Amino acid sequence: MAGQGRRKARGIWKLLIVVGGMFCFGFVLVPMYNAICQLVNLNGKDTAMLVPADQVVEREDAARTVKVEFVTTVNGGRVFSFNAEQPTIEVHPGKLYTVNFKARNERGEAVIGQAVPSVSPWNAARHLRKTECFCFNQQPFAANEEKLMPVRFMLDPELPADVETVTLSYTFFDATAFAQAKPETAPVQSQAVPKS
Amino acid sequence: MANTHAHHDHGHDHAHDDHHHGPDKGVMRWIKTTNHKDLGTLYLWFSFIMFFIGGLMSLVIRAELYAPGMQFIDPEFYNQMITLHALVMIFGGVMPAFVGLANWMVPMMIGCSDLALPRVNNWGFWILPFAFSMLLSTLFLPGGGPAGGWTLYPPLVLQGGASFPLTIFAIHMLGISSITGAINVVVTIMNMRAPGMTLLKMPLFVWTWLITAYLLIAVMPVLAGAVTMLLTDKYFGTSFFNAAGGGDPVMFEHIFWFFGHPEVYIMILPAFGIVSTIIPTFARKQLFGYDSMVYAVASIAFLSFIVWAHHMFTVGIPLAGELFFMFSTMLIAVPTGVKVFNWLATMWRGSMTYETPMLFAIGFVFLFTIGGFSGIMLALAPVDFQYHNSYFVVAHFHYVLVPGAIFSIIAAIYYWIPKWTGVMYNETLGKLHFWLSAIFINVTFFPQHFVGLAGMPRRIPDYAVQFTDFNVISTWGAFLYFIVQFIMVYNFLRCAIWRKGMVPATPQVWEGAKGLEWTVASPAPYHTFEDPPHVGDEPAAAH
Repeated sequence: MAGQGRRKARGIWKLLIVVGGMFCFGFVLVPMYNAICQLVNLNGKDTAMLVPADQVVEREDAARTVKVEFVTTVNGGRVFSFNAEQPTIEVHPGKLYTVNFKARNERGEAVIGQAVPSVSPWNAARHLRKTECFCFNQQPFAANEEKLMPVRFMLDPELPADVETVTLSYTFFDATAFAQAKPETAPVQSQAVPKS
Repeated sequence: MANTHAHHDHGHDHAHDDHHHGPDKGVMRWIKTTNHKDLGTLYLWFSFIMFFIGGLMSLVIRAELYAPGMQFIDPEFYNQMITLHALVMIFGGVMPAFVGLANWMVPMMIGCSDLALPRVNNWGFWILPFAFSMLLSTLFLPGGGPAGGWTLYPPLVLQGGASFPLTIFAIHMLGISSITGAINVVVTIMNMRAPGMTLLKMPLFVWTWLITAYLLIAVMPVLAGAVTMLLTDKYFGTSFFNAAGGGDPVMFEHIFWFFGHPEVYIMILPAFGIVSTIIPTFARKQLFGYDSMVYAVASIAFLSFIVWAHHMFTVGIPLAGELFFMFSTMLIAVPTGVKVFNWLATMWRGSMTYETPMLFAIGFVFLFTIGGFSGIMLALAPVDFQYHNSYFVVAHFHYVLVPGAIFSIIAAIYYWIPKWTGVMYNETLGKLHFWLSAIFINVTFFPQHFVGLAGMPRRIPDYAVQFTDFNVISTWGAFLYFIVQFIMVYNFLRCAIWRKGMVPATPQVWEGAKGLEWTVASPAPYHTFEDPPHVGDEPAAAH
């Protein structure tokens, strides 16, 4: 009996450790997910596409033209109006372009905005380079303020040949609840080396 | 194995105070009981009540879908109905029913007197009524019950009102209940088998439950983690899933389905065990390919951990990911095919008779396989982009859950109720119940394949007019299926309560039944196998 009781107790403890371990594993999935997204350059959310402006090498491929579409969405409610100045542009890979986005705080109080980018198709995401994007930082708005926010980007010439259209989508969130204490001013210089 | 005998001598020093006398009288018997048979009965009654509530919710859904346009309820209430129907059926109906069957049968099948942790068992059960009272009470709150779907996807679920925290707490309680039940089953099976009952002699129902219990222990905590993250996102300013704060709502889908896909097998593996028990009994042959059945269940359980993203092919995962999850999903068809062919081979040239449990088991094999085939269709990433979130998905998972999991539960009750109550149910009514159920379940769900392929989305209270005819058929089927279940209710209530005039059952009950549970009297005494039986070298496993 004593032997069996001990064996049972050991079994129960082992299983409880598995239960605790799996509960933690659920939380470990969070950094794992982010690491995998970075690794596979998924969905344009990784910082690897950030390139410091002084490190960009422009190798324009004038023979090839790719259409770039801009999709803008405002998340939930009518806090902002948010649009790209041009809905589409034609670009040559290997050349930097600047597109301005216009956002207006529709509320009579200060709001902080945060744009979340997404790129499709999936195999174009890793060939997008940005030297500047309003999505890298939180964007503070005074009451009813309107802002022009630039994106300076390039498609690198290795963009797969079957990609004729690249869509850059930005969703604008009200991030007032997530205000960072000190908005970073120059993330481009401080972060990330370009991928070869 | 000497210590197994010693166990009996010292059995009363802990836990089982009522080890050597019969049940208490009155309602306190059920509240205080630590007896595995009492708790099995409680689980089965609880599950029956939940099936009834969940069934009524499905009738509300089908009534609303009887015609295009809005009929009886508003869309918010419709969304609450589909959400609660799923939660009640999964966590209140199917899972407690299987736990109830495990409570009743696992100790009797492996020859021990009770589960390893009888008081934990009592606690695990009595959490459930409170959890579901809390969940269902949300219907009476301002704003109503949870309406974001049972998958609880953010950001939608975070927009819920007062029902949100209650739903999360209810899910936490259900998880605790499932985990305690699972630990109990594992510890019992690993430590308390009768002498001579080696692992590969265990009945398949015990095997499938052992593997199911491991799945529960592995994934219920992950669900608990995911819903905790939802809770902190809503109330404590974290941004696990809030994109504005740097989170990602798609990540919830990954974590949820890492739990969710093994959960699907939690609801079907015990069904495999039941069918593998019933078919050999009525084919009067040993189960064909016992070892391969065990390995197939283990393979399915392993594969269930690496297929989750097939629930979310359309969220934008890389091509390599689509291919990996597509092929790993299709791989599950191999062990499942092994099981189906083994069941067919067991019946091949058997001396078959078609009592009600056998009819339900054969119905299971046939209809579950249809659900398996539509699953293969959904596994194909390229076509899933069309099927995703359509009624085809609804048809698929109802085929594997209703004529799959639920038919197996019904089959198990018909099969073992003579052992539990000591009387035979009415065979004519049983057969009538089977045939009407088998017909109406197909009337209900088969047309949903067609409307799904034609483009009707799931989770909507209204639809385009060209889908009307099939929806009318489906609604008729659902109401008739619900009504004919009362044949079963009458049949079982007569066995359980009004036993007068019913045929007493022999200990063996079924001519071809093998296994330890048939060696004790019918009805099974309150305490069985206090002296463990010795399992000889005859292939007990074969049953």
